[in-house]
Amino acid sequence: MALHSDYLTPSSPTTLRATGSVARRQAVSRLSRYVLLAATLSGVAVLVYLGYETIAKGWDRLSWGFLTSYPSRFAERAGLRSSILGSAWILGTTVILAIPIAIGTAVWIEEFAPRNKLLTIVKLNLANLAGVPSIIYGILGLAVFVRLMGLGPSILAGALTLTLMILPMTVIASQEAIRQVPPSIREGALALGATRWQTVRHHVIPGAMPGIMTGMILAVSRAAGETAALIMIGAFTFISFDNTGLSPTDSPPFVTPPPLGDDFTTVPVQIYNWTIRPQEAFRENAAAAIIVLMVAILSLNLVAAVIRERFRRHD
Amino acid sequence: MTAIPSTPGRPALDLRRKPMRHLGEKAIELSLIACATVSLITTLAIVFVLFEETLSFFEEVTLRQFFLETNWQPLFKPVTYGIWELVAGTVNVVFWSLVFALPVGLAAAIYLSEYAHPNTRKLLKPLLEALAGVPTVVYAYFALTVVTQDILRPLLGDEISFFNSLGASLMMAVMILPTIASISEDAMANVPRDLREAAYALGATRMEVALRVVLPAALSGVVASVLLAIARVVGETMIVAIAAGSTPNLTLSPLESIQTMTGYMLQVGLGDAARGTIDYQSIFAVGAMLFMMTLLLNVGAQIVVNRFREAYE
Repeated sequence: MALHSDYLTPSSPTTLRATGSVARRQAVSRLSRYVLLAATLSGVAVLVYLGYETIAKGWDRLSWGFLTSYPSRFAERAGLRSSILGSAWILGTTVILAIPIAIGTAVWIEEFAPRNKLLTIVKLNLANLAGVPSIIYGILGLAVFVRLMGLGPSILAGALTLTLMILPMTVIASQEAIRQVPPSIREGALALGATRWQTVRHHVIPGAMPGIMTGMILAVSRAAGETAALIMIGAFTFISFDNTGLSPTDSPPFVTPPPLGDDFTTVPVQIYNWTIRPQEAFRENAAAAIIVLMVAILSLNLVAAVIRERFRRHD
Repeated sequence: MTAIPSTPGRPALDLRRKPMRHLGEKAIELSLIACATVSLITTLAIVFVLFEETLSFFEEVTLRQFFLETNWQPLFKPVTYGIWELVAGTVNVVFWSLVFALPVGLAAAIYLSEYAHPNTRKLLKPLLEALAGVPTVVYAYFALTVVTQDILRPLLGDEISFFNSLGASLMMAVMILPTIASISEDAMANVPRDLREAAYALGATRMEVALRVVLPAALSGVVASVLLAIARVVGETMIVAIAAGSTPNLTLSPLESIQTMTGYMLQVGLGDAARGTIDYQSIFAVGAMLFMMTLLLNVGAQIVVNRFREAYE
């Protein structure tokens, strides 16, 4: 008889001890805790081990020169300058394109859409788009933006591709944030004579903004690591000029329009480029670039977490 | 309607209709609908692009060759496009990554849901989920350098080729671990307390409750998590492109060099295949196959969750 299950620790000397098969079952159950814990920790352990390996290999390559040099045939002289600039332009453009579309879609779904078939289709479609592999977005971008629209393998083509790729994620995050705004706020505004759009613009969107921004930052951190889609549209190139749109000597800053038509490369694509080379020196560059990329992605996640905590509703 | 005469000290309250405002509201609503259609247009564009280029592909390659021959040999003569070698590469990686990720992921889910103190869970779950935020090109780097070069090659020697499916699968398993663990844990946490307590009252141990009561009750969520994990492996590109090789190979052996569907697509994408060439069209034909597979897996996961959920309330 099992008079105590193993989640009730025997506390008094009078407790009966199980014997025979029951004792065996209880022993197995107690052991299972440690087996399962070990399995859970193994995932975390792999993460820690890989982080250690990368830092051990790439740390010595990290320097100001590494961040500000162009790629090169010589591993010791090669750096991340053009890929950091490319990543910054791509991600900046993606955010500018994605914010209005994501908020617009989410506002329509949550605040304006009649509860009809179209709404069901839009929602189902978003759920399925979220599961489409990134390389499919890559060949979509290749066929439509690069070839059909004639944008070439440019920053704009890359940003448009990534915008479509992160759209499901950003819309779903914005929807959740909008749903968190209490109905009483909408009713108050409507009762005072505000139109639907005035209610949304002055009350719903400001209230949902922290949640929308959190989702947007997390989506950008996903886009920051994207490689396959950008290689498909042609980001695997040797870039030895600055994607700044400002020539360093004459024109004053921010006068020349940004170089959305430039060829580009990004940090993850540069990591790929260095990883597939057989020389050990390039592997060290790849490790150093991974450190840079992971620091950037972790910082983005940290910012998202801080925003979420700052604006958490206390009710 | 006319303006109400003003009371002293207050401006007149203007209750006349403002037609411009009404028009503005309509314009706003239309632009919101335009935003919402972007996602619909995206899907239509994906389907259209895949369909159009795949059709041109099948003008040159017969359906019979694509589906009935096993050789994928686009680079050397005689050129053949038999999809099964690429599908086999994908299945190979799916199989071996599940061999590692399924037991570990389920164990983690059971531990977090049934054994862990709430504070431990609060600490461990985000850590596990952080594995999903690591860019796959980083996993690819590890698969090639750390796993294959530093661990597998010294261990297995020349039996394992330099590019192999095992290294890629191991890192793929790490990548999908949070998908399986997190979604399964959510499903287990939703199993009502009564069921556990009834089992304890009958003398079951904690492990028996977890494995024989909670796990079966949460099975639909567990199956859905595995289907989603498979969809991620099928669509993942960088890990296999870097670490698994580029040799189409009809094998389930983890030691050999293989090529998956995504691996082939990236290989062509790296070169600059001109529009209208058979190389260019072939990535859309393979892409169409890939799109169908991931769509089926995702829809399958949704159906499993909706249809086969054990409802206890």
